[in-house]
Amino acid sequence: MRLVLRGRQPRWVAPVAVLAAVLATVVLTAIPIRLAGANPPAAFHRYLVTPLSTTAGWYEVMLTATPLLFTGIAVAIAFRAGYWNIGAEGQFLFGAVATTGVALALPGLAAPLAVPLGFLAGAVGGLVWATLPAWLKKRADIDEVVTTLLLNPVALLLVQGLLNGPWRNSSSGFTDSDRFGHGYDLPALIPGTRVHWGLGVAVVVIAIAGILLTRTATGIRIRAAGQAPRAAALSGIPVNRLRWRCALVSGAVAGLGGASQVMGVQHQLTQGISNSYGYTGVIVATLGGLSALGVFLVAVLLGDLSVGAQNVSLVLQVPTQLGAVFSALLMLMVLSAMSLRRYRVQWSRPRGRRTPASGGGS
Amino acid sequence: MSRPHALLELNGVTKRFGDLTANDSVSVSVAAGEVVALLGENGAGKSTLMKILYGLVRPDAGGISMNGQPLHIGSPRDAMSAGIGMVTQEFSLVETMTVTENVALSAVGLGIVDTRAARQRVTAAMERIGVDIEPDRLVSTLSLGERQRVEIVKALFHDCRVLILDEPTAVLTPQDVRALFATIDRLRQTGLGVLFVSHKLREVAEISDRVVVLRRGQLVGERVTSEVGVGELAALMMGVKAAAPVGDTAAAVGLPTEASPDAPAAPDRGESTTAQTPALVLTELTLERHGRSIVDAVTLTVQRGEVVGIAGITGNGQTELMELLCGTEQTTSGRMEVDGVDVTRSDVAGRLAAGLGRLTEDRRGSVVPQLSVEENLVLEDLPTYVRRGLVDRTAIRAHAERLIARFDIVATPAAAVSTLSGGNMQKVLLARALARRPRLLVAAQPTRGLDIGAYQFVHSQLKELRDSGAGLLLISEDLDEMRALCDRIAVLFRGRIVGTLTVEEATSERLGVMMTGEAVPA
Repeated sequence: MRLVLRGRQPRWVAPVAVLAAVLATVVLTAIPIRLAGANPPAAFHRYLVTPLSTTAGWYEVMLTATPLLFTGIAVAIAFRAGYWNIGAEGQFLFGAVATTGVALALPGLAAPLAVPLGFLAGAVGGLVWATLPAWLKKRADIDEVVTTLLLNPVALLLVQGLLNGPWRNSSSGFTDSDRFGHGYDLPALIPGTRVHWGLGVAVVVIAIAGILLTRTATGIRIRAAGQAPRAAALSGIPVNRLRWRCALVSGAVAGLGGASQVMGVQHQLTQGISNSYGYTGVIVATLGGLSALGVFLVAVLLGDLSVGAQNVSLVLQVPTQLGAVFSALLMLMVLSAMSLRRYRVQWSRPRGRRTPASGGGS
Repeated sequence: MSRPHALLELNGVTKRFGDLTANDSVSVSVAAGEVVALLGENGAGKSTLMKILYGLVRPDAGGISMNGQPLHIGSPRDAMSAGIGMVTQEFSLVETMTVTENVALSAVGLGIVDTRAARQRVTAAMERIGVDIEPDRLVSTLSLGERQRVEIVKALFHDCRVLILDEPTAVLTPQDVRALFATIDRLRQTGLGVLFVSHKLREVAEISDRVVVLRRGQLVGERVTSEVGVGELAALMMGVKAAAPVGDTAAAVGLPTEASPDAPAAPDRGESTTAQTPALVLTELTLERHGRSIVDAVTLTVQRGEVVGIAGITGNGQTELMELLCGTEQTTSGRMEVDGVDVTRSDVAGRLAAGLGRLTEDRRGSVVPQLSVEENLVLEDLPTYVRRGLVDRTAIRAHAERLIARFDIVATPAAAVSTLSGGNMQKVLLARALARRPRLLVAAQPTRGLDIGAYQFVHSQLKELRDSGAGLLLISEDLDEMRALCDRIAVLFRGRIVGTLTVEEATSERLGVMMTGEAVPA
């Protein structure tokens, strides 16, 4: 089996390929759902449609999507510049740690000061966690995929260390931090719901990133540096400096996500604060085509899936993990479809076929 | 047209890409011991035909046979096992491996490689075709010309019966071309069939036994080389209507012409401009790597309105000199002034601001393939197109449309540059460089691989730039191109300028001698 480059193709091919990938995902996911003893069409309805069929469900989906919006756009910014930041997880966690540090040190602060300070701390935390790999890349061209990835478990261990040690809950003794002062609670974005101002911040960040990447000179330079660094350098674009900056901004945005999650949802630092949001951010950015709108849509879709998965597991008694299977398969299928769009698979060496006289080809 | 002892035969091969017919029922045959030239402009369908032969593209109709046996070629591997060898324009060498490893790589399967035996076989194969390259050298240290020779050795390593050479002389110096032709001659004597793909008439006329001419995907003529004049071939290749005055056509296709028409005007231009600031002054410009001088104290002045050529055999410092000029490599010592401004320590942006324009050798490496034509066109002038912090898409579009019209680029402004042909890509780069009205343009191999139309277009644009008062430094291995454009030609040997000749003094013999390192002949 091998891949052969296809010729030119019409515009409708790309959307059709994605649609086919979604269908293939549905078909493939139906198998484990069936094995778990549920009815696939009913399960899919609950996965995708049920969460969005009520206003309350929408709120829950938006709440779930919020951290993914941060990590997704963080990864997209770095990837656009050709900096493969796989460390959004660690940056998210260290952002949360930094916010917690401020919240625990200054518990009595009032909201107008506490909230901006909390976000600032998160951004700085994420930036700090992103600095070492970015610096190693800039100074010595050390592969950032490895360094950013390896710093993720370090951040998690740091969180666990803090929660087992100095930040252990003083009243319950659990490995959670104390609850933050109420000044740090993010106000509800929509009154009466759990949807908090973190979503507002995420949307603003995504909008700014979208404008920056597509509508500014810097954005065009970033794309040039990411896609053709040599040509970019020849055109006078400071490739390494741009990458360095994008790496740090990416870390800061992931850190904002951490801040949003501790201040908006948990109101304390917990071991499970991240729930792999940083890793999922890579999926979000990739499936979203590294575009702001794409990241937004995919984050909401995965939020929908994740809320749906809880619903499915409760009602139909299938494992929650099937939701993760769904999103992982979706990523595989879409990426495969994108490759197949560009390449054709040739399965085997044709068996002594006669020379085609006419009309033979593909 | 098939002959009794045809070795390789293509029969009615047709390939369409959408509404473009790249090959329209083309039939070509090559016999043992025969050199068949496939002649045609870029875009005539030569490359597609070669890709079909090498299993990279599947034909829509038609068949290929070897020794009368129908062949199915689904991949380069199939082609190789059928006895077809190919040397393409773009090299497929692993830069981090040695010459031996690269050659052996394509010949061995899995398992342990007997390095010593491989090395001996590679050395023997190289000796057979007169290639003198140290087999343990890393490919990354080889010049373009040397890399191509390794590619040829690689193709010959597979006991091939038909060797396809796709534009083999595009990267070669005159000396290398001679060596290559001698090799082809020897291959012919040993009974190998050779398919020589080229758009250079003179070479085709010299080396081939038979010529097949392609134009717009169709086979428009087949001639025995000894019975046909180059004029007829040129007319066939360019289509009868496009026949330009004989002199121009001949120059465009690389034929030797009587004195270049521009030459007499050169001294006048020189005299009238000497009082002004020179476009470029290089003073003892030097680049050292690992203690060796790659570019060795180059001192050179280009006046406004003057074209100075840098000739030399590949690997004598041209690439590095270009990098120094562009600012992608740091100067070790010496000084560089563009239009009176010292840019020795300036970065790329600083040099662009001083009025430097560049046309680099590596076209694909100079554009951002996924960005659109319009974005590539403004890549160096983005600040000019920013309004209130955002890029002004309307202005960028208008700018692109102007340049597309002026430079006759076949593309829409929003098309990704990766979808463009080589000629159009070069036009995009030319448009980008010239739109900035450079005070000095440095151009490396500006017409390599271009068809006649694009070749003439690039030359006319370069002449227009020169006439507008800019200086032009031309680094090229195409001596005919040099003579057509340059006022003076400097010869680079081992990073040093060994002499400078006026275009009248620069005969092939003199340049040839100087390119091997002799001082200026009297």
